[in-house]
Amino acid sequence: MQSLTLSRVTKSFGATAALRDVAFAVAPGERVALLGHNGAGKSTLMKIVLGLIAADAGEITVLGAAPGSAAARAGTAYLPENVAFHPALTGQEQIRHYLRLRGQDPAHALPLLARVGLAEAARRRIGTYSKGMRQRVGLAQALIGRPRLLVLDEPTSGLDPVSRREFWTILDGLAQDGAAILLSSHALTEVEARTDRIVILSQGAMVANDTLAALRRRAALPTQLQITARPGAADAVAEALAGRRFNGVRVDLVCTPEDKLARLGQIAALGAMVEDVDLIPPSLDDIYRHFSSEAAQ
Amino acid sequence: MTPVLAIAASELRIALRNRWVAISVAMMAIFALVLTAAGSGPSGTLGVDRLSVTVASLTSLAVYLVPLIALLMSFDAVAGEVERGTLALALTYPGARATILAGKFAAHLAILALAVAVGYGLAALTALAGDARAAAGLAALWRLYWSSLLLGATFLGVGYAVSAWARRPGAAAGMVIGVWLLAVVLYDLGLLAAVVADNGGAFTRHVFPWLLMGNPADAFRLFNLAASGATAAAAGVAGAAGFVPAWQALGLMLVWPLGAFALAILAFRKITP
Ligand SMILES: Nc1ncnc2c1ncn2[C@@H]1O[C@H](COP(=O)(O)OP(=O)(O)O)[C@@H](O)[C@H]1O
Ligand SMILES: [Mg+2]
Repeated sequence: MQSLTLSRVTKSFGATAALRDVAFAVAPGERVALLGHNGAGKSTLMKIVLGLIAADAGEITVLGAAPGSAAARAGTAYLPENVAFHPALTGQEQIRHYLRLRGQDPAHALPLLARVGLAEAARRRIGTYSKGMRQRVGLAQALIGRPRLLVLDEPTSGLDPVSRREFWTILDGLAQDGAAILLSSHALTEVEARTDRIVILSQGAMVANDTLAALRRRAALPTQLQITARPGAADAVAEALAGRRFNGVRVDLVCTPEDKLARLGQIAALGAMVEDVDLIPPSLDDIYRHFSSEAAQ
Repeated sequence: MTPVLAIAASELRIALRNRWVAISVAMMAIFALVLTAAGSGPSGTLGVDRLSVTVASLTSLAVYLVPLIALLMSFDAVAGEVERGTLALALTYPGARATILAGKFAAHLAILALAVAVGYGLAALTALAGDARAAAGLAALWRLYWSSLLLGATFLGVGYAVSAWARRPGAAAGMVIGVWLLAVVLYDLGLLAAVVADNGGAFTRHVFPWLLMGNPADAFRLFNLAASGATAAAAGVAGAAGFVPAWQALGLMLVWPLGAFALAILAFRKITP
């Protein structure tokens, strides 16, 4: 059974169509990234999944129940965009509060805070925390009680690179334990390596929903080949391959996915003239731009 | 029950750190002491002990001060969470919306209970020290105490409703001051003007008592005056205490907090974070 299913979900705010006929599902243990420009509808979709706002049309099931129902809330954790807490409470008091709301032992607060790297600051008021530290308090509360579905709205914003890596490690562990994870992000490069599937929203419409490899294939974006020639051979290499010389030793080629192997064969045939070759597949940024602009037309 | 207690504990902690506990207690203590000091001069109203006199003046004080403290504590309850951006997360936790309000209510009522206890306690001690017969007024003081909490509970509920309805703390603050002025000052002035104009006619005898009951502050005043039989000491609007039996006023005192809390829940349910 899927942890989360959406079908034909539609939502407007006045004249603004925030979501149009969005349909996808998230299975247990799966990490799905929701990508889209500002205003694409990511946060709106998450709030509908959580039952905070109602969809105008469409069906949603969260852990087999209706969004916002007691059963759905009991198994779902949420990290809102720009998460905030009362500044007068300490991190430890805030997490104890959330533990008690979920019927858990408040003594787990310190271990939870330690898990997100906040052991030192646990007894300081949240008013003194940086944005990244508040984000980590937000993550700590989302880990309470082994949730079966995590809905994380831009969870890595405000985190430094080290905390980001720790964050993704925690997430990997949760997914291995069978939790379904839906997260939105702007940091495309890290999403690339750490999620199983990508859903792209563009102006409220879902324009892609697939694994990264499949999206690459569908977009059929050109691959870049960077050839490093032996000193002095750059011009000859460029001529032989009809490529563009980039500097003293480098020649750049662009080719379609189908041409890739043939081109590599040509390069190999040049033998000693070529020192090295790098293959640069289209990045997630390129794919993302491809599907977003395709939809806009 | 645990979620309500968890929310109440956090709210109490916040109120302590924001000095709301200290402010409420200090307000009640200072006003109660000033009042007893002012009233203790030419003591010995014939046949009445000093504590009973104190209770009568505390009643007039409570009508103004208890709703004010309750409204000041409650106006931020929902609007503040909306503004800080903490409400969306709170609403994804298990438990009904009423649970959140109930937790805040428990904390705020506890603070009010403490503040009123300190204020009345100080006034009572002063009266007991100056008059050996003052113990006779203890029953009236106790009645004043719990009815003050019912009054406070009503205005806490009103404050939450306003807070949810206004959505922004600034607007909510302005609105609760408006509510306070209307309920405890202007309402009585309006009725008084009508009574004077009516000059003992049908309005004064039949409509006026019901209008009094339509305001929680007046219901509180009527209940305490009617119950203590101290109508003579009351002036103006409260002179109508004789028209209304104490049990009716008591019934209203109990209904008002429930009504106000129900109103708050209705307003809170309308909020989408
Ligand atoms: N409460 C609201 N009232 C009116 N418009 C809204 C509201 N929330 C979101 N929107 C609009 O809906 C669209 C999607 O917003 P959002 O879901 O926040 O996008 P994202 O999270 O992808 O940046 C935007 O055009 C936004 O202005
Ligand atoms: Mg957003």
